[in-house]
Amino acid sequence: MTPRPDSGAAPPVLQLIACGALARELLMLIDQCPPGAVELTCLPASWHNHPERILPGIRAKVATARRAGKRVAVVYGDCGTGGQLDAYLDAEQIDRIPGPHCYEMYLGQAGFAAEMDQELGTFFLTDYMVRHFERIIMKGMGLRRHPALREMYFGQYKRLLYLAQTSDPGLLAKARDAADELGLSFDWRVTGFGDLKIFIDQQFTGAAKPTDPTAQPEK
Amino acid sequence: MSDEDDIILAELDDDELVQQMHDDLYDGLQDEIVEGVSILLDRGWTPYDVLTKALVEGMTIVGNDFRDGILFVPEVLMAANAMKAGMGILRPLLAETGAPRVGSMVIGTVKGDIHDIGKNLVSMMLEGAGFDVIDLGINNPVETYLAALEEHKPDILGMSALLTTTMPYMKVVVDALIEKGIRDDYIILVGGAPLNEAFAESVGADAYCRDAAVAVETAKEMIKAKRDRDAAAG
Repeated sequence: MTPRPDSGAAPPVLQLIACGALARELLMLIDQCPPGAVELTCLPASWHNHPERILPGIRAKVATARRAGKRVAVVYGDCGTGGQLDAYLDAEQIDRIPGPHCYEMYLGQAGFAAEMDQELGTFFLTDYMVRHFERIIMKGMGLRRHPALREMYFGQYKRLLYLAQTSDPGLLAKARDAADELGLSFDWRVTGFGDLKIFIDQQFTGAAKPTDPTAQPEK
Repeated sequence: MSDEDDIILAELDDDELVQQMHDDLYDGLQDEIVEGVSILLDRGWTPYDVLTKALVEGMTIVGNDFRDGILFVPEVLMAANAMKAGMGILRPLLAETGAPRVGSMVIGTVKGDIHDIGKNLVSMMLEGAGFDVIDLGINNPVETYLAALEEHKPDILGMSALLTTTMPYMKVVVDALIEKGIRDDYIILVGGAPLNEAFAESVGADAYCRDAAVAVETAKEMIKAKRDRDAAAG
């Protein structure tokens, strides 16, 4: 990736402020950029269970980045802020990756809509969610302590759809196990980085596009 | 709260039993709640007293501790599950004995959305508070809401959504009511994780309810205010 050309001065560093659930994928993309051109700072992925913390957390990160003279972009969905995140970012003229949640970032708007048309009762997992399924879902949602909650949480779901950013047989097997554990049918798509890569490309106008380090043929 | 596993519920006096049921609700013990409800009924308690003094008061403690960050969602859901079991026994008896009714509500999750945990909690807490609740379930198009309002003539319409992509559908429903000239016939309450007061106002709802406890209080207040207005208008 080549930073935006200007009058000769070094372009400001692009500070990505992101959800921790996207950190691994973003670091892989940042590795394709010129050294020092992009920096990443993340907020805890666990804040998805406390969306009221997200906007104040992003405000603080933005203030810090701007004090350091950095350009800022946000890699978050709406993530339960009820539009407050977008209202703030619009006012501050800060770009955010499109989409209400990371599933749509990976599938794209049309792809996500098609999957929901196919089965409204779809529970999505990403690589991050598969890696941390036991901690986030089984323990974090209390299912290990209270197996009876499975029906309350997942009674309306029919299938688990694993959106794979990488082609990892180990993760695929874990995702399949997760579907079995939740009593859902299983399907999967290799999405690569989806809109994440496009968004970062767009932050570098006129740039030669990096290759997607996870690019895989569609299933 | 309660760690004892050797308590014989039938050997407790009424006050002790009710206290124990509060503890059992807090701990999400479904079988114990069913047993406690049955014992109180056998002792001649009215279904309404069992509901209000044993179950609703117990769930109020749960709700307060959830609000204060002492309890978390899984424990609240287990408590709700236990209360639901108790309500299964009491519901038909409440109808038979003509227990006081506060009002009625049609509630459902909007089209395109299958999330129902919050809606189910609201339904159960309203039922416990003396409301007749008609629960339409999930993924409801506007036609379903309209048909239910026509059939049941409730005081309140409740709509729930968990997704930013589905919550705008609430406006579709409100606009349909406006178009039919029946918007003001109902109190409209909305809820769901991504919503807030500003969104509720923007879609033309009467109030946003942050959680089930707030929904109960809001429903009671708005029904009273509406009835006061109606009485004043003659």
